[in-house]
Amino acid sequence: MRITKHPILTFERGRELSFTFNGQPMKGYEGETIAAALHAAGVKELGKSSEMHRPRGFYCAIGNCASCQMIVDGEPNVRTCITLLREGMSVETQNGKGRIK
Amino acid sequence: MREVELLIIGSGPAGLCAAISAASSGASVLILERSFKPGGQLIKQTHMFFGSESQYASYRGVDIAGILLEKLKEYGERIELMLNATAVGFYEDNVVTVLKDEKEYFKIRAKSVICATGAFEKSLAFPNNDLPGIYGAGAVQTLMNVYGIRPGNRVLMVGAGNIGVIVSYQLMQAGIEVAAVLDAAPRIGAYLVHASKLARMGVPILTSHTVKEAIGKDCLEAAVVCEVDERFNPIPGTEKRFDVDVLCISVGLSPLNELLAMRGVEMKYVPQLSGSVPMRSENCETCIPGIFVAGDASGIEEASSAMAEGYLAGLCAAAKLGYAPEDFEQRRSEYLKQLEDLRSGPVGERIRAGMKISQL
Repeated sequence: MRITKHPILTFERGRELSFTFNGQPMKGYEGETIAAALHAAGVKELGKSSEMHRPRGFYCAIGNCASCQMIVDGEPNVRTCITLLREGMSVETQNGKGRIK
Repeated sequence: MREVELLIIGSGPAGLCAAISAASSGASVLILERSFKPGGQLIKQTHMFFGSESQYASYRGVDIAGILLEKLKEYGERIELMLNATAVGFYEDNVVTVLKDEKEYFKIRAKSVICATGAFEKSLAFPNNDLPGIYGAGAVQTLMNVYGIRPGNRVLMVGAGNIGVIVSYQLMQAGIEVAAVLDAAPRIGAYLVHASKLARMGVPILTSHTVKEAIGKDCLEAAVVCEVDERFNPIPGTEKRFDVDVLCISVGLSPLNELLAMRGVEMKYVPQLSGSVPMRSENCETCIPGIFVAGDASGIEEASSAMAEGYLAGLCAAAKLGYAPEDFEQRRSEYLKQLEDLRSGPVGERIRAGMKISQL
């Protein structure tokens, strides 16, 4: 899902990072958000809504709409569209409202 | 509690220009930016700007962000840019509460505040409009132009205004198929120069069309569209199905200015400016002295007018703090003139009407 050829832009990706998505090993790049890295890997469903448990993806990508919230390193309600990916992160889909431990 | 002279909320075109303008007069500025990257929506705009030289016409948005950030550096410690810092509250004593890195929570008291918080993409009501694969046009632009990631393989664009048409063209530049662009209005809203580019590339622009429903289980698989009559009611029997994995919603933006409402600034719903906006003076000052607004937060326009408003608000906010440059009046009229030019002609008619209603 990554763009390799572009007439105007060149994409300089940072170093490769490893993280897990629901326990599965995944790869992304330094400098990209969690939601971007997941989308590049073909993951569009980031969680389930709180009432009807319908699938949720991101919508605004600027940290405003809360549609992209996931559990990151055990912490719920992380806005993955504006949170940078880090080496070794554990990312999980969130079903409904997050529970703060 | 930290005390600052001028607090600017938002580092998009309006916020950056306001900071440069105020610092050049001598004011000390702190800019809060909720993202990890400054520049607001400029960073994803690969098209060249219209307008005049003073708003960087013929530069691409992404390059303008770079130019403004370079300029910011010229003022050294007079401008501090704080990233990953969201302003979450704005109180009577001009205290702004900030959440930094999702961890630290602290207060800042400012002598003057410029709210340059921008806008948010509107959604559209239709069955299954919440499926993954249905994104704001700006979100798709971020994904492909900032991160270099394809939003999908085949896109249906809803909205034939400037953003819808420009993003459709950018999708094709990135090698992604655009099945069609639709708009409920009977005419294309975008500038003809943008729309004809798409038409030349063979993308149908379906006016008087809307989305009837989205289809998909875990994510979008198809969208059904239909024609609408002159009162925007769907016409039965005109349904068409598009097998697409991305539906891009570009039906306009709403101003983001809850902080000003929370502070008690007088607000008004102004349809011409696309939502609830603060009442303000010619100098972008709200009904509370020392609190200013600039850019899309004051009504939806373009980045060019956001920059001009930013310069004006920064100049006037600094002057109120006691930093009026010798050529204050000359600069003030220059920015007002730029805004008048940007809002001139038939295209600016709505904005001019909105400005009149929202003027204190």
